[in-house]
Amino acid sequence: MAEIILRDLWKFYDDVEAVRGINLDIAHNEFIALVGPSGCGKTTTLRMIAGLEDITAGIIEVGDRIINDVPPKDRDIAMVFQNYALYPHMSVYQNMSFGLKLRKTPKDEIERRVRAAADILNIGELLERRPKQLSGGQRQRVAMGRAIVRDPQVFLFDEPLSNLDAKLRVQMRTEIKKIHQRVKTTVVYVTHDQVEAMTLADRIVVMNEGIIEQVGTPEEMYDAPQTLFVASFIGSPSMNFLPCQVEAENGGLAIRLTDNLSFAAPPDRGDRYSPYIGKPMLFGIRPEHISDKRPHTEPTHLDFTSDVVVLEPMGIDTMVFINVGETEITTRSRPRAVSQVGEPMDFTIDMAHMHLIDPESEKVV
Amino acid sequence: MSSGEATLTASDGRALVLNKVPVWRQRKSMANYIALLPYVFFALFPFYIMFITSIKSDREINNLGQSPFWATGVATENYAYLATNTGYFEHWMLNTFIVTVASTIISVTIGTLAAYALARLRFRGVEIFGVAVFISYLVPQTLLFLPLIDVINTIDDYVPIRDTYWSLILTYPTFLIPFVTWLLLGYFKTIPVEVEECAYLDGCSRLGALCRVVLPMAMPGIMCAVLFSATLCWNELLYSLVFIQDETAKTLSVGVITELIRGDIYYWGSLMAACFTAALPIILVFAFFMDYFVSGLTAGAIK
Repeated sequence: MAEIILRDLWKFYDDVEAVRGINLDIAHNEFIALVGPSGCGKTTTLRMIAGLEDITAGIIEVGDRIINDVPPKDRDIAMVFQNYALYPHMSVYQNMSFGLKLRKTPKDEIERRVRAAADILNIGELLERRPKQLSGGQRQRVAMGRAIVRDPQVFLFDEPLSNLDAKLRVQMRTEIKKIHQRVKTTVVYVTHDQVEAMTLADRIVVMNEGIIEQVGTPEEMYDAPQTLFVASFIGSPSMNFLPCQVEAENGGLAIRLTDNLSFAAPPDRGDRYSPYIGKPMLFGIRPEHISDKRPHTEPTHLDFTSDVVVLEPMGIDTMVFINVGETEITTRSRPRAVSQVGEPMDFTIDMAHMHLIDPESEKVV
Repeated sequence: MSSGEATLTASDGRALVLNKVPVWRQRKSMANYIALLPYVFFALFPFYIMFITSIKSDREINNLGQSPFWATGVATENYAYLATNTGYFEHWMLNTFIVTVASTIISVTIGTLAAYALARLRFRGVEIFGVAVFISYLVPQTLLFLPLIDVINTIDDYVPIRDTYWSLILTYPTFLIPFVTWLLLGYFKTIPVEVEECAYLDGCSRLGALCRVVLPMAMPGIMCAVLFSATLCWNELLYSLVFIQDETAKTLSVGVITELIRGDIYYWGSLMAACFTAALPIILVFAFFMDYFVSGLTAGAIK
C-alpha cells in the first residue's frame, strides 16, 4: 500500500532512448493503466519500477522510499507477467507460497493466505496441480494468486490478458477489477489495448515514443484528448480526422471540410479557434457523433447528406462508411435507419464533440 | 469400456462396431519399421559379435572351420580369466568409475555456472567468451595432451599425481567443461527469463533464483550433460594411455588394450569379454535415463 512517484525518468539501451524523462505521481491504492503502441516505453517503465531494468537517470519513489538502488527482492512489489511465468516444477500451492516461504512466513499463515487467495480466484481445487495441467485462464489466475498472497505494496501487471482468447479476456478483465475492489492496493497495469485501459483504470497514462502524451481519467481521455496521438489512440473505432479550414461566417466560425460542406463551429469555442482562421487544420470527430438523422433542438446538431460506401453491421449499431472529400470516414447509426450501399443517406453531426488539431504541433486546440 | 469389446452405442441404441485400422495406415507403419531395420542391424552387430565371442572357448574361437557368427556352447573361461589373471574388476573398473564420477561432478558444476553466466549476464565481451568456449572445445585432444604432460609433470614436483587417477581427474575437465558449457548454454537460453525475474520479485537473490528455480527447470539439460560427460570419461583412451603406466592405476580402456593384447597376439575371448562388461554400465545408464535424455536433447542441445 503505497504511492509511487516517478521523477524525470530516463532509460537508454545503448543509443536507443526507450523512456525520455517521464514524470508521474501514482496515488495510494490507485489503479493506473500505462497504454500505448509497441515500443512506446510502457513495459520498460514498469520493469524499472520492478527493478528488473536499471534506471539511466531520474528517481523512483515507492512509499516515501527512493528505490533506485534497492534490489527487486527487497522492493515488496509483485508482478504478473504476460506469459504467466509460473514455476513449472512446482504445484500451484507451491507456486503461490514460494514468496511467503522465502520471507519465512509461519506455515499456518502461509496456508491461510494461499487458501484465501485461492478462494478469491476460484482455484481452490487446483492447488495440487502442476502448471502444465492447467488451461490458459487457470494459469492466469495462479499468476495473479501468486501476487495476491504476498500482499505487496505495489502490484504490477505486464499485459496479463494478451495471451488469452477474446472471451476469456473480457471475463478476466472483470475479475481483475473485482479483485482490485477487494484487495485494495496500488496497481500499475501495462497494456496496448485501450479498451482494457478504459475499463479498468482510475487514471490512464498514454505513452508514445518514450514520453507521456497525457494523463487523465478514462472520461477525460475520451472527451478531451490533448494531442492528435491520444485522440487517435483512445476510442474504438477510432476518431475520424479530416483536413479542414476555419472560416469566419455570420458573426461566428465555421469549419470548412470541402468546397460544398462546412459546419458551424460550436458558439462557445469562438475565442479558442479564431487564431487559426485560414490555416490548414485537422478536424476530428468520433464515429458515434455522426449518426443517422434524428430530430434535434440543440444548435450544435447539424444535418448533412452523403452516399453510403460500405456498411458494417455490429448488432446494436451499424458502422456506415462515407466519403467526405477524398477521405473515408466512419459513422455510427441505428441498424434500421441506414440506406443501401451507393444510395444517399441523411446524417446528423454533433459539433459539440468536435476537436480541432493543429497539424504542426499535433496538439488539440 | 472393457478392452477389445465394442461397447459403444449409436444414438438409436445399436451397438457400434469399432472401425478397423485402415490398410494404408498399417502399410505405412510397416514401412517405418522396415526402414529402421538396417540401422538396428548396423548398431547392434558389433555388440552381438562381442558377446558371442566372449562366451566361446579359445579352442572354438581359433577353429577356422567354424562360423564366427554363433557359438556351439557357453564357456565362462574368458570372464574367469579377467577376474583372476588381470586387475580388471578390482583396479581398472574401480579406477574408471572414480575418475568418471569425479570428473563429471567437477565439469558439470563448473560448466553449469559458466553456461548460466554466458546465457544470462550481459557483460562486455560475453559473445566472444561464448565463441572462445566453443573453439576450445574444438581443439583436438591429440594436440592438447602434449602441453598437458608438462603441466602434470610440474604439478607432480609438488604433489605426486602422475601415474594415479588424479592426473585424469585433473585433465578430463579440459575437454569436458567446454562441452558441458556449450551444451547447457543452449539449454539455459530456452528457459524463459520471466520465470527467473518472477523469482527475484518473490524475494530470491540471483544465486537463490538459480538454485531454486533455474536449475530445477534445467534438470533435463543437466542430466544430458552428466550422461554425455560420464560416457566421454568412461570411454576416454588417449589421456589415460599417456598419463598412466602403473598396471593397478590403469582405466578400463587402457588396461584392456595393454594387458590383453601382447605384441601381435590378441586374446580375443577375454578381450571381447572385457569390452562387453565395460559397455554394460553405459548401456544400463542410457536405458534408465532415456526419457530425460531425449527431452534434454530436443529442448536444449540442438538449439
